[in-house]
Amino acid sequence: MERLRKYGFVAGFLVVPLALYSVFVISPYVQAFQLSLTSWNGYSSIVRYVGLDNFGRLFDDEVFWQALRNHGIMLLVLPIATIVIALFLSFLLNLGGGTRGAGMSGVWGSKFYRVVFFFPQVLAVAVVGVLFQAVYRPDADGVINGVLARFGAEPVGWLTEPGLALWSIIAVMIWQGVGFYVVLFSAGMAAIPKDYFEAAALDGAGRVRLFFSITLPLLRDTIQVGWIYLGIAAFDGFALVQVLAGDKGEPDGATTILPVTIYKTAFAYNKVGYASAMGVALFFLTVTFAVLTLRTTRRERVEL
Amino acid sequence: MARNRPRPGVLNGLSHVALAVWALLIILPLLWTFLASFKNNTEIFGDPLQLPGALRLDSWGRAWDKAHIGQYMLNTVVVVFFGTAGTMLFGSMAAYVLARYTFVGNKLIYYYFVAGLAFPVFLALGPLFFVVKQFGLLNSHVGLVLVYIAYSLPFTVFFLAAFFRTLPQTVAEAAMIDGASHTRTFFQIMVPMARPGLISITIFNVLGQWNQYLLPLVLLAGDPDKWVLTQGIAKISTLAGYEADWPGLFAALSMTILPVMVVYIIFQRQIQSGLGSGALK
Repeated sequence: MERLRKYGFVAGFLVVPLALYSVFVISPYVQAFQLSLTSWNGYSSIVRYVGLDNFGRLFDDEVFWQALRNHGIMLLVLPIATIVIALFLSFLLNLGGGTRGAGMSGVWGSKFYRVVFFFPQVLAVAVVGVLFQAVYRPDADGVINGVLARFGAEPVGWLTEPGLALWSIIAVMIWQGVGFYVVLFSAGMAAIPKDYFEAAALDGAGRVRLFFSITLPLLRDTIQVGWIYLGIAAFDGFALVQVLAGDKGEPDGATTILPVTIYKTAFAYNKVGYASAMGVALFFLTVTFAVLTLRTTRRERVEL
Repeated sequence: MARNRPRPGVLNGLSHVALAVWALLIILPLLWTFLASFKNNTEIFGDPLQLPGALRLDSWGRAWDKAHIGQYMLNTVVVVFFGTAGTMLFGSMAAYVLARYTFVGNKLIYYYFVAGLAFPVFLALGPLFFVVKQFGLLNSHVGLVLVYIAYSLPFTVFFLAAFFRTLPQTVAEAAMIDGASHTRTFFQIMVPMARPGLISITIFNVLGQWNQYLLPLVLLAGDPDKWVLTQGIAKISTLAGYEADWPGLFAALSMTILPVMVVYIIFQRQIQSGLGSGALK
């Protein structure tokens, strides 16, 4: 009887979450893999299987390769820039005040900075996109260009020049992301025993030395987590690109990224099968990246 | 004064400069947006460093009524309220059972939920549209709420299962011996005990669902009256150009940013620690 009651309870608590999750999350994913083998257009009742044709087409698709190149740049620049800036800022916030009494301390005002730095993180990416449209306006009325004009510079087409557009978008991603990693790294730094810094400082190590010889090695795991998050973020960027560059038609494919291409292919060109194949490719790219990062960065843990 | 090395004043000064520069990079665009909402078109297209000539509030009224920010805000509040409430209810139920009961398939179901974390939403996009359509839930808030709940479950279950595992066994056992049912034990004993974890993940879900852009874009496309804030703002930014109502756009932006800012400043400690610990799990 008690056993039965227990199983009844377990089943009762699981049925709704399992049903919702299976219907709206798992079934679309499974269908996506299946649809990637078809030429379905989204409305006809006949679903024709074409085998791996879609994937073959991907190889010849210039847009797909352009998107991959852009993701490659983002994959290189976004994590490095974000992590370097965040590490630098959080080091200043937590340990930049030098040795004082019991140990290291942050600079004056670090509480205020921490609140401000994190703020972009709680803003919706779509809102950030609209905001930076004004910042990046190509004529002299843009916020940046207006400031530049004061120094006599010509207005720059931040989002319209093919060589510049992707970098402008990456800059916004860094602008928004740094605060989160400052918090993440600050938590990691707080976990390092204070006497490590004290001992090193007594031995005459300066702040630069403290950073490279103590903070950085002990923060390894946290940085690795950050690296994976940023790598996955480098395969996204949908809302930002859609809002910032979408209407203006992506100068020469300079800002073409897979998520936006998938969205367009499925809902504007009605090629659901082909879009699904792109989704499958995106999935394998993301997983490959995560696995590679975990494997190459795995080392002996530093024991505290 | 043996306890201190002579402090390099230059380095200290430089570190303040670096911190202040980054803070300004964040504050200035937001401040500019806020000020632009009081400007008129000529001022917006003039010198960007110029302050508004007068405190014009009419653009805020236009944004609220004519650009439907009021409507979008209400829609968002409703969807996020039910979305988060549902996520927390079903997520904590599933996490609790998976964390503290042994039964056949326990591990399997747990991994089934957590697997959802590995897939990019873009992969599901096309098929999801048709699944929701089949249920007749396209362009409806009910449909969006259910989808929000479903997509929030993997992380919520993952996070809360870890949390429920850390709670002591004895209190729940005592309650059961006193004759409380499993369900009662959960709602009256375990949920209050799990409060810190529940609050962190609630904040996480509120933020995530409030800021969601992609799912409403796909699922509410056909009915502009039902749109949520993020969609509305993206749309207004395209319209602002045609109608030449730039102050209205910036008023709309300010209106979406301000409530988030207020909530953030009140809860900043919980938000930062919640997102931080969630990320490191």
